[in-house]
Amino acid sequence: MLSIAEIANSLQQWLMATFSPGWATLIEFVLVGTLVLSFFAFLGLVLVFMERKVSAYMQLRVGPNRVGFRGTAQTLADTIKLVVKEGLTPDGADKFLFNFAPFLVLITSMLLMAPIAFAKDFQIWDINIGVLYISAVSSISVIGVLMAGWSSNNKYSLLGAMRSGAQIVSYELSAGLAIMSVVILVGSLSLNDIIASQQNGWWIFKGHIPVIISFVIYIIAVTAETNRAPFDLAEAESELTAGFHTEYSGMKFALFFLAEYVNIFIVCAIGATLFLGGWMPLHIGSWEGFNHIMDFIPSSVWFMGKTFFLIFVIMWFRWTFPRLRIDQLLNLEWKYLLPISLFNLLLVTFIALMGWHF
Amino acid sequence: MLEEIGTTEQGDLVINVGPQHPSTHGVLHLVITLNGETIKKVEPHLGYIHRSIEKMCESLTYRQFIYSTSRMDYLSAHMNNHACAMAVEQGLGLEIPARARVIRILMSELTRLASHQLWWGAMAMDVGAITPFFHAFREREMINDIMEETCGARLTMNYMVPGGVMFDLHPNFQVKTKDFVRFFRSKFDEYDELVTNNIIFQERMKNVGRISAEDAVSFGCSGPVARASGVSSDIRKLAPYEGYDQLNFTEALETAGDNYARYLVRMQEMRTSLSIIDQLIDNIPEGDFQAKTKAVLKLPKGEYYSRVETARGDFGVYIVSEGGTTPYRIKFRSPGFSNLSALDHIARGCKIGDLVAIMGSLDLVIPDIDR
Repeated sequence: MLSIAEIANSLQQWLMATFSPGWATLIEFVLVGTLVLSFFAFLGLVLVFMERKVSAYMQLRVGPNRVGFRGTAQTLADTIKLVVKEGLTPDGADKFLFNFAPFLVLITSMLLMAPIAFAKDFQIWDINIGVLYISAVSSISVIGVLMAGWSSNNKYSLLGAMRSGAQIVSYELSAGLAIMSVVILVGSLSLNDIIASQQNGWWIFKGHIPVIISFVIYIIAVTAETNRAPFDLAEAESELTAGFHTEYSGMKFALFFLAEYVNIFIVCAIGATLFLGGWMPLHIGSWEGFNHIMDFIPSSVWFMGKTFFLIFVIMWFRWTFPRLRIDQLLNLEWKYLLPISLFNLLLVTFIALMGWHF
Repeated sequence: MLEEIGTTEQGDLVINVGPQHPSTHGVLHLVITLNGETIKKVEPHLGYIHRSIEKMCESLTYRQFIYSTSRMDYLSAHMNNHACAMAVEQGLGLEIPARARVIRILMSELTRLASHQLWWGAMAMDVGAITPFFHAFREREMINDIMEETCGARLTMNYMVPGGVMFDLHPNFQVKTKDFVRFFRSKFDEYDELVTNNIIFQERMKNVGRISAEDAVSFGCSGPVARASGVSSDIRKLAPYEGYDQLNFTEALETAGDNYARYLVRMQEMRTSLSIIDQLIDNIPEGDFQAKTKAVLKLPKGEYYSRVETARGDFGVYIVSEGGTTPYRIKFRSPGFSNLSALDHIARGCKIGDLVAIMGSLDLVIPDIDR
């Protein structure tokens, strides 16, 4: 079977044979960069369209259905509109920070794309501390949000950014601890090792109840980290109009928007990798026939299926729940989620030490 | 308290909420003083949609001025018209036919339902849930269709005129209304599941925006806002009009006085309205829908006052007549204005998110406040 990994390998061999090693690496960088960028933009379009359709069906509407086949080109049309729109910088804004903030947020989510295994042997950067890298880099985006809120010279933006700062810093703890529980069970920080350890079953099935608790906490925490409802306090439409990006328009706004959706994809992809086996197909014990049929489904389909399922769940949250208040949000983290995840981590460590997991 | 208004301390953050803001539901302008996220003071600024309806009414005849009242509290258009029609009838000493009375009650209760449905959706949207708004509009649309058939309009109906109602009921009215009542009853469970019993929603609403019965009375609050604090204030019970006294219904009362109590009172009122419609829909008397009136109405010299219970509370019309074809002076007592005046008292010490929830629970309609 012709897999993406084989194509990539043969391309690399051809490049190495044709050019000097330095040039070959440079060309590879450019190629991968272009691919990631186009994937990034494509993902944004797909996810925005998906959100609009999901919300439409939950709200007894039809959603976009005019532009393109069943409205699929609607987000493309919207993007064109945003690109040609004038990018305003308000008077009194800190021009450099104001214009730099959306790029910082976007760069952060791009960097996070690197260690994710999209399919079998298909990864941009196989780094042995993948999980650590992800937790470290994902914290940078809050700086971008704070920069945007502060430099806009708008009180709504400032309030939104401050809320966002408090929120992301708090919920990172729970998300990190939830990730740690899987790391402890696997004994490795590399995403490839984590996926390989799920050959005979995903962690959510193998790790007893503590891992299920970790999974739930992870989903709650990343919903908060990506500023999605019910934790969308940073942009809280009914309170702060648009929160930290109130003053942004045109393409700079679109970059925030794009980063938000790609962040959802990334956190769901990490969730799928850690708890749901990444690109590993669903195998049930000794059902040889069933396992064999599952193996025929390409690994990329497994990965995308799991990721998009989680994305759907997060969208489902958004269109169902009311928003929390800022003090309730912080109470939830510091008084409930953090103690639970710490205790849960203890349980997982105990299970790992005793070797009670499957 | 008076000295505090207009003063800000060093380090306070002053924010203009509105006149264009997604949660003020209109062109209300609030100047809020913040200490971090905590509200120290709320100053409502009015006048952005002032059309001087009361002054305009002085140059309109008694038949004409009723139409401008649909544009005040546009969600209770029927009830506003009703109060005006009753004031004029009081002056003329008109006795209106039994059929017209029943039609008026039916229309008023349908309007109350439509208004509360919109409020329910907007309330949920204020605390961040967007989906309920669309669900509320599904049901509200059915009421609008019923109204459209009979009155010819969906929002500003101008259906109630001195002496009765403008047209007879549409032949479909009874069937459609019964359909609607049956459908809407079945949706209450969905409403409760989606919003009322939601833990986040309850956390946001309970013990937030509390107002005591004493304060509610002294601010002149009426309608669901007063009833949520335990003040019995239903005009339909206290000063029955159009035969509300012959109907069997109870006044919704809560004692907590917080956002959640106001929410529960309105939910209870929707059920009450449904039961009133149930009692009347099969018993619409035959006969005229309008009393015989002269072409030109002239009210005898004197003062006339009538009040109705709109979806937002006590709506009063005060007419001073010098005996001519137009009112000498006219004054509307709108429930929203008094309810808004309590906002500063309620919201102090709350968070910004609470302010939005409190405004939602007060159910403000700005054109009613500004007139």
